[in-house]
Amino acid sequence: MTPRPLADSTAAGFSVVRIGAMVLRYWYLLSNSWPRAVELVYWPAVQLLTWGFVQLWVAQNSTFFANAAGLFIGGLLLWDVLLRSQQGFAFAFLEEIWSRNLGNLLMSPLRPSEFIVSLMVISIIRLAIGVTPVTFLAIPMFGYNIWGLGLPLAAFFANLVMTGWAIGLVIIGILLRQGMGAEALAWSLMFLMMPLACVYYPVSMLPWILQPVAWALPPTWVFEGMRAIVIDHTFRADLLGIAFAMNVVWLGGGVVVFYRLLAGARRAGTLLQQGE
Amino acid sequence: MIVEPTPAIHVDGLTKCFGTVRAVDGVSFSVGRGRVLGLLGGNGAGKTTTIGMLMGLILPDAGTVTILGRDMPGERAHLLEAMNFESPYVDMPHRLTVRQNLTVFGRLYRVADLAERIARLAADFELEPFLDRRSGQLSAGQKTRVALAKALLNEPRVLLLDEPTASLDPDTADWVRTRLEDFRTRADATILLASHNMPEVERLCDDVVILAGGRVEDRGAPAELVRRYGRETLEEVFLDVARRRRAPAAEPQEEAESP
Repeated sequence: MTPRPLADSTAAGFSVVRIGAMVLRYWYLLSNSWPRAVELVYWPAVQLLTWGFVQLWVAQNSTFFANAAGLFIGGLLLWDVLLRSQQGFAFAFLEEIWSRNLGNLLMSPLRPSEFIVSLMVISIIRLAIGVTPVTFLAIPMFGYNIWGLGLPLAAFFANLVMTGWAIGLVIIGILLRQGMGAEALAWSLMFLMMPLACVYYPVSMLPWILQPVAWALPPTWVFEGMRAIVIDHTFRADLLGIAFAMNVVWLGGGVVVFYRLLAGARRAGTLLQQGE
Repeated sequence: MIVEPTPAIHVDGLTKCFGTVRAVDGVSFSVGRGRVLGLLGGNGAGKTTTIGMLMGLILPDAGTVTILGRDMPGERAHLLEAMNFESPYVDMPHRLTVRQNLTVFGRLYRVADLAERIARLAADFELEPFLDRRSGQLSAGQKTRVALAKALLNEPRVLLLDEPTASLDPDTADWVRTRLEDFRTRADATILLASHNMPEVERLCDDVVILAGGRVEDRGAPAELVRRYGRETLEEVFLDVARRRRAPAAEPQEEAESP
């Protein structure tokens, strides 16, 4: 047996093959476990039905809501994009802890940057499986077609996914540094944003003291943009531009925080202690 | 003793503190290429922390680790392509089949001709009957065989084994040791073995380093240690060192360097 030569330290370190391996690993998991795939669709569908019927009832009793059909369902579907992108990112990482596989990955040539990109790809796959069927379900059930938003939908989607990844990066950094004691963050942290990002109501509804906080969150600008389309039938590129600029900062900040927490975990030795 | 100029593993003055606890305290040793070093020590002796630093998962407070002539963790990303690791304390995803797990890890290590390599390892480690079974459905012995196959996927030049036969029955453990001996002979690989199983260490290791309280307490070839302590087995030597019952007949060597 001839030993493999050591890789040249000047060779490119980023490997698409390794990212593909991680995506394949997750695809195997989904294809081997249909309950996991069903679970991805389950909660968005339940939410859609709940808020869809609320909207129908409110619209029957309010001229404003009758003229702004889709306000709740649009908010809900976009909220799910935000929530599921973060959870998809963090849960794919948690899967490695739950299966006690993280040690194998950390001691493999998989770079942190490759791990991050693979989690991003996996979160998109989870999002596509979980939210896409629900968007089509909304058409016959409630007569709301979010795809009718056209190109702005892509901008909304991209912005919300970027925010989800930024928060997901911080969560997995905390998991590496603090261990599974921080697992609850993966489930709950995004819900802190829900009232402040004004998913279902305009920022003006918030007390004045909370409004600056709301405007500091990129999704707030996205939801305001959605309402501009649904209520005023106007596409506000400026709102999405601001959201994108903020997301670039947030995502960059997420990467910095993740690498700092990873370095802290290496110093503290917590990478080898991923139990509770 | 002839000292190889560039040992496969060279550890110098390695120190790591967690708060007020000095988990590893000035540990130094070298492992020559193609040699097997046993890392012995009781619970809390510093073995896992030392292995963590060898893999670049824990940053030392002081000291250096050089593997295959390169700095760890400075060149960790490149070094890990030539290394591998096996431990009963990590697992592979239970819902993936053995073949799927080996495929994923083969791609992570960018193994050429992967299907052929998996077939070869499946034959060597007798995995064929359960290659398409989920990993979570395997027995402890089968899981160990799969984990070893994963550890050898990339034909590592440096292999770190953390209690590779823990919780295995004597027959399976013997089977595993034989495969490790075969691999070492065939690949001329360097192996660092952390184990509490003294007969295993005597059988597989050229040299041992005994850790206690984060420090190197003694070192040498197993037979040499047994002779020096005037004992019958390495286990008795280990107990002497752990309980500080008897001073060795001779001073320990300066450093356990293997030819």
